[in-house]
Amino acid sequence: MPEFFQFLVSGLTIGAVYALVALGFTLVYNASDVVNFAQGEFVMLGGMVTVFVHAAGVPLPLAALVAVIVSVVLGLSLYWLAIAPARGASAVSLIIITIGASILLRGAAQIVFDKQFHKLPAFSGDTPVQMLGAAVQPQSFWVIGGTAVMVLLLYVFLERTLLGKAVLATSANRFAARLVGINTTTIMALAFGGSAAIGGVAGILITPITLTSYDVGTLLALKGFAAAMLGGMGNPLGAVAGGLLLGLLEAFGAGYISSTYKDAFAFIVILAVLFAAPQGLFGRRTIERV
Amino acid sequence: MLAALRHRYGILLVLAIVIAVLPLAFPSSYYFRVASLVWVSAFAAIGLNILMGKAGQVSLGHAGFFGIGAYAVAIGPTHLGVPSLVALLLGCLLSALLAFLVGRPILRLKGHYLAIATLGFGVLVALVITTESRWTGGPDGMSVMKLTLFGWRASGSDTWYWITGGLLLAGTWIALNLDETPTGRAFRALHDSEIAARVTGINVNRFKLQAFVIAAVYASLAGSALALMNGFVNPDQAGFLHSIELVTMVVLGGLGSVLGSIVGAAVLIMLPQVLTVFQEYENLLLGAIIIVSMIFMREGIVPMLSKFMMGRRA
Amino acid sequence: MTILKVDDIGISFGGLKAIDGVGFSVEAGQIFSIIGPNGAGKTTLFNVISGIYEASEGRIELAGQDVTRFAPDVLAARGLSRTFQNLQIFQRMTAIENVMVGRHLQEKCNLFADLFRLPSVTRQNKETRAAALAFLDEVGLRDHADTPAGALSYGACKRLEIARALAAEPRVLLLDEPAAGCNSVETEEIDRLICRVAAKGIAVVLVEHDMKLVMKISDRILALERGRPLIEGSPGEVRANPAVLEAYLGKHGAREAARA
Repeated sequence: MPEFFQFLVSGLTIGAVYALVALGFTLVYNASDVVNFAQGEFVMLGGMVTVFVHAAGVPLPLAALVAVIVSVVLGLSLYWLAIAPARGASAVSLIIITIGASILLRGAAQIVFDKQFHKLPAFSGDTPVQMLGAAVQPQSFWVIGGTAVMVLLLYVFLERTLLGKAVLATSANRFAARLVGINTTTIMALAFGGSAAIGGVAGILITPITLTSYDVGTLLALKGFAAAMLGGMGNPLGAVAGGLLLGLLEAFGAGYISSTYKDAFAFIVILAVLFAAPQGLFGRRTIERV
Repeated sequence: MLAALRHRYGILLVLAIVIAVLPLAFPSSYYFRVASLVWVSAFAAIGLNILMGKAGQVSLGHAGFFGIGAYAVAIGPTHLGVPSLVALLLGCLLSALLAFLVGRPILRLKGHYLAIATLGFGVLVALVITTESRWTGGPDGMSVMKLTLFGWRASGSDTWYWITGGLLLAGTWIALNLDETPTGRAFRALHDSEIAARVTGINVNRFKLQAFVIAAVYASLAGSALALMNGFVNPDQAGFLHSIELVTMVVLGGLGSVLGSIVGAAVLIMLPQVLTVFQEYENLLLGAIIIVSMIFMREGIVPMLSKFMMGRRA
Repeated sequence: MTILKVDDIGISFGGLKAIDGVGFSVEAGQIFSIIGPNGAGKTTLFNVISGIYEASEGRIELAGQDVTRFAPDVLAARGLSRTFQNLQIFQRMTAIENVMVGRHLQEKCNLFADLFRLPSVTRQNKETRAAALAFLDEVGLRDHADTPAGALSYGACKRLEIARALAAEPRVLLLDEPAAGCNSVETEEIDRLICRVAAKGIAVVLVEHDMKLVMKISDRILALERGRPLIEGSPGEVRANPAVLEAYLGKHGAREAARA
């Protein structure tokens, strides 16, 4: 039983990070139909910028703030410099562009920072908390709690603010949104900036547990994409559920089945789900119209 | 010369001449190596282009098949005592079989769902290769026995230049053959309108699967050729980034254009060679160049050039 | 001889019945029209008959055999062809290539023969091209054979779709608004074309808004309202039914039909 609880907590912790990456994917996808493979790089940036700014003597909270700002600026630049000029390009071309951006960001990180692994101090110390017989890192609470706060903030933003409703309208029907006077270009830029911020925060929260380096982004992007797909592409709550589910699957799979194939579970599950339910777990079935 | 590129045998002739004449301008064996690398990648890209450009189905995991081909000629002779050429054929067979089995459920999916499913397949192949280190040497890769044919050992970069060049010609010929055949038309039809293809009696699942298997065999063969040429394999050849590299070759050269895949491969293989001068700025520049070329040449290099030429004539 | 028999067909989307209890039968060489206001379920009915949607109730028979819930390509092989209201042509192919795809079922298709383009493939290709050209000629597009389909006018695309459907040598041809968006000259061409097709013994099922055309060429007409059949009969019977005219065509349409 303690073992079970241990896996549960570590699964929820890493799942929370996947959920945030998937949420970023979903936000951008809804607003612009772009599958942004550079999403994982913002997680890398969040961690790396915090590490280096903190190492330069800046207090941790301030360093984290700088990291989020850097992520947002780069997210906006990604939109304005690479996505907006490619308007009308095919889905595959857009995917290649975002992958190009991810290679570029990685290349930049490799120059600005270095190729080493880096760690951040845990926010509330390293003394494990004993819960139901399992030793839980305090940082896990930060990750899970932080994710919950982010999801809540996003929910309130989308449901309770005019700007948020404009985002929802844009994702429902871009053309109709433009007709009622919504500046969809601004909305798309906002989505890229917002998803970069979400990614950055995820990176800051998880780095004390998993370490970071310039090349952690790719695998995170792939798993975030898988999580978003698992939840039914375009569904924010589905993305969160998909992320948590993926984290749990990985933790329990690694714990009970095989730890060497930890990274494989995500993709086995996504393939299995797509075989059985081609629209993802929480996606809606669409009817072909001719 | 440009008019020749409109005909199947015209393209083949021009390509053969280029392959034959190019070595005259090569100052060192390094150039033979890079050119062979271009031919091999172009071969894989042409196969993928049949799937993506003709049949309109995306695959973000095609390096998986490339990896299977590469590791087949590595593992076969080393661990199983199978001759290289037999291992190469077994690799093709395994790729075809896997493509057939995985393709049946996967190819029912559309758009981003197909993208993530193929991506997942590719990542899984790469993971198996990285993890089963007893067979594959793990993340460090393994060495590959040289290809021997009737006592003759295929080694040296100029030898491999001709082998890969011949392979590319054969691959180009087959891809060009497909146009103007019922199969080729069925591919293009289901690309343009799946629903119309179905009501004209085309079994779209069967043809998608055929295109997927063809592309898998092309990739597998290319993987085997590269492994035998290098005398070495590593898991990166099956990895996600290599899949993306292949897709980028196809799209950058021009979807549906066989010639485009060769051009796309040439650009993407030579670019990093040129960029090594910039050392640590290599990735940064590579990313930037990919973005810029996709923005400004979204139709692909070859279709854009041919449009330009037609415009000038008119 | 009854070639297509639709019996008590129904389909619902998310609990909403789009088609309910529709039945009719069509004989070889007959022109059978389905009319009704927008949203009456005409295109949905076509999608069910051609296998794109699966019927939730009822039965469809093609040449006496049960083909309910068969896939579109299987139905095509059994002699059912159709066109689409919203144009589903192969944009990146030339006009003649579009029609050559229509010959798919008449062709031998062997992957290996095609990959190596054996002499038999080249020979067959010549035959297919000649046949396709004849069908293009039939719809008056012979001169546009090598034009990319994406560059054809709307009316030409409509006729190209008909040529592609005819190329499959069907027994039943479903035409979904073949005259929509066409001018009066083009409409008349299509009118003559449909009559020629029917004269060859092909059963034509027509969905069309141009009442003049429908009343002129139909043998029988089925009127739908909100997915349910209202009346079926000869053009005279349908025209004479004031309730139908009012309900389906409005006052203006009623006058137009009366003039036809």
